[in-house]
Amino acid sequence: MDSEQNVVKAELPKPAALQDTQRSEAAFSGEGAPVFDAKNVSIFYGSFRAVTDVSLTIYENEITAFIGPSGCGKTTVLRTLNRMNDLVPGARVDGAVDYRGASLYAPGVSATAVRRRIGMVFQKPNPFPKSIYDNVAYGPRINGERKKSRLDEIVERSLHQAALWDEVKNRLNASGLGLSGGQAQRLCIARTLAVEPDVVLMDEPCSALDPIATGKIEDLMHEIKSRYTIVIVTHNMQQATRVSDRTAFYSVLRDEKSDTRTGVLVEYGTTQQIFEDPHDTRTQAYVTGRMG
Amino acid sequence: MAVTAEPVKADLREPAGWRRTKSRIATALMVLSFVVVIIPLGFVLYTVIAKGASVVGWSFWTSGTIPPNVLPLGTGGMGAAILGTLEITALATVMAVPLGVLGAVYINEYGGKGALASVVRFMADVMTGVPSIVMGLFIFSIWVVHFGFSGLAGAFALGCLMLPIVIRSSEEMLKLVPNSLREGSYALGATKARVTLTVVLPAAIGGIVSGALLAVARAAGETAPLLFCILTVFTPNYNPFHGPDTALPLQIFSNASSPFVGAQGRGWGAALTLIAIAFILMIAARLITARFVRYSR
Repeated sequence: MDSEQNVVKAELPKPAALQDTQRSEAAFSGEGAPVFDAKNVSIFYGSFRAVTDVSLTIYENEITAFIGPSGCGKTTVLRTLNRMNDLVPGARVDGAVDYRGASLYAPGVSATAVRRRIGMVFQKPNPFPKSIYDNVAYGPRINGERKKSRLDEIVERSLHQAALWDEVKNRLNASGLGLSGGQAQRLCIARTLAVEPDVVLMDEPCSALDPIATGKIEDLMHEIKSRYTIVIVTHNMQQATRVSDRTAFYSVLRDEKSDTRTGVLVEYGTTQQIFEDPHDTRTQAYVTGRMG
Repeated sequence: MAVTAEPVKADLREPAGWRRTKSRIATALMVLSFVVVIIPLGFVLYTVIAKGASVVGWSFWTSGTIPPNVLPLGTGGMGAAILGTLEITALATVMAVPLGVLGAVYINEYGGKGALASVVRFMADVMTGVPSIVMGLFIFSIWVVHFGFSGLAGAFALGCLMLPIVIRSSEEMLKLVPNSLREGSYALGATKARVTLTVVLPAAIGGIVSGALLAVARAAGETAPLLFCILTVFTPNYNPFHGPDTALPLQIFSNASSPFVGAQGRGWGAALTLIAIAFILMIAARLITARFVRYSR
C-alpha cells in the first residue's frame, strides 16, 4: 500500500501556478477581506438534497477554484452565490451565505441587486442575438446608462479587459453570434465586466473552448484579478493549478441505506496545499487522477 | 508466377433487397403527397387568375359603389369591399395581436406551470377549434343586437378568431428562445420585465411577426363570422365604428351566387384581389422577419 502511494506521489504533476513565483507570493501573502462566507449551507432542488453542509470563505482579489467529479454540486454552490438558483423552480437554500457582511438570503434582499454586484459567466457562451456593441452595452443600459459617449467608453474598456478589442474593433455592429466559441466567451466576459461587478463567477468557462482560447481566458483572469474576485468551477485540474489561489474540492457522498447522493465539500485550502499535500484521501485520489 | 490481384472497386450503393425497396417506396410516397398537395393549389391559383385577371385593374380596385348584379363587367368594382376588408382586418389586428402576444408572454415567461397559465393555454386551444361561424354568432348576440351592425363588430369576430392563433404561435416562438439567454440577462442584474423586453421578445420577434401576419391573412379571408356582424352593403363605409359594412369574402359569396355574368366576373376579381392581399401580407412577413433577425447570424 505504502509503495503504491509513493508511486502515485511521484507522478503528481507539478502545478504550473507554483512555478510562477510572483503569483504564488501573491497567493500566500495573506488573506484579503472575506467576500463570501458560507456556513453549513445545504441546497435542495425540491426534495433532492443536492449539496450538504458546505462551509467556506472566499477572499477578495483571489481566484478560487471549485473542483470535483460531476454531480458533486460545485456548480450548484456557485449559482447560490449570486442567487441564480432562484430561477430554478423548487430550489431552496439552508444555512447562511454572507456577502461582505450581508446575508444573501435574508428577506428583503433583491436578487437583482445581488446579481448586479456578482456577475456570472456560463459554461456555454451565450451572447445575445444583438450586435457586439449592444451585447457589452446591455448591462450598463439596464442600469440606466443612456449617454452614448459613456457607453462607447465602457464598451471599449470592457472589450480591452476581455482581450477582445483588437479582434472586433472594426465590426462592433456585427452580430455577437457570428463570433467563434472563444471570442463569444470573451464577449460574455466583457459583458459581465461592463457592469463593473465586485465578483465574477465562472461556471466552467473554458469547457467548450480549445487550448488556445482557454489560454487567452486564463491570461485574462490573471489580468483582472487585481480588481475583481473570481470564483471558477472547472473540471480541468491543470486549469485549477494554473489560475487559482485557493481550491475547494467537492465530492459525492452516497448514502447506501437510502440510496441517495449529495454533494459535500471535502477539502478547502490553498491550491498548493490541495494539490501537493492533500489532507483527505479522497482529495488525494482525485487530484492524482485515481478517482474521477 | 506472381498473380496480381485485380483491385475490386468498393460498392457503396444501398444494398439490393428490402431496405432499398423501402427507401424507394418512401421516396415515391413523398413525391406523390407533394403532387397531391400542389395540384389543387395550382388549380385554384390558375382558375382565379384566369378568370379574375381580366377583371381587376386600377378602376376595379378604386371604384366606390359596388354595382348591382345585373350590370355587365367593366361598370364599377370592388373598392368598397377592399376598403371594408382593410378596415376590419386592421382593427382586428390591433385588438388581437397585442393581446395575443401579451398572453403568450404571460403563459411562457410568467405563468410557468401555474393554474392560470394552464387555463389560458387550454382556453386558447379550445378557441382554435371553435368554428368561425360560431364566433360570428357570439359577437352578434353580445354586441350586434345591442349596438347594431358595424365594421367594429366584424373586427371583434375576426379578433376572436385571430387571438388563439397569435397566442399559440407566439408561445411556440418564445419557447424557442434558449434559457441560456435569459440566464445571461439575469446574471447582469436584469429584472424579469427587462429580461422579457430586452432579450426574450427581440430574440423571438421574427417568429412572432410571422405568426401574427399568418393570423391576419387567415382572418382577412373569413366570410362566416362577418355575415352576422357587418351585414353586406354595396357602398363604401368610411367609418368602421358605425353602420353596416362590406368585405371581400362577403362580396365573393354574394356575387358568385348570382346568375349574372357580370356579377360572377366581379366575384372572380374580388377573389383574385383577396389572394393578392394575402400574398402581399406573406411577403411583408418574410421581409419583416428578415429585418428583425439580422443579428441571429
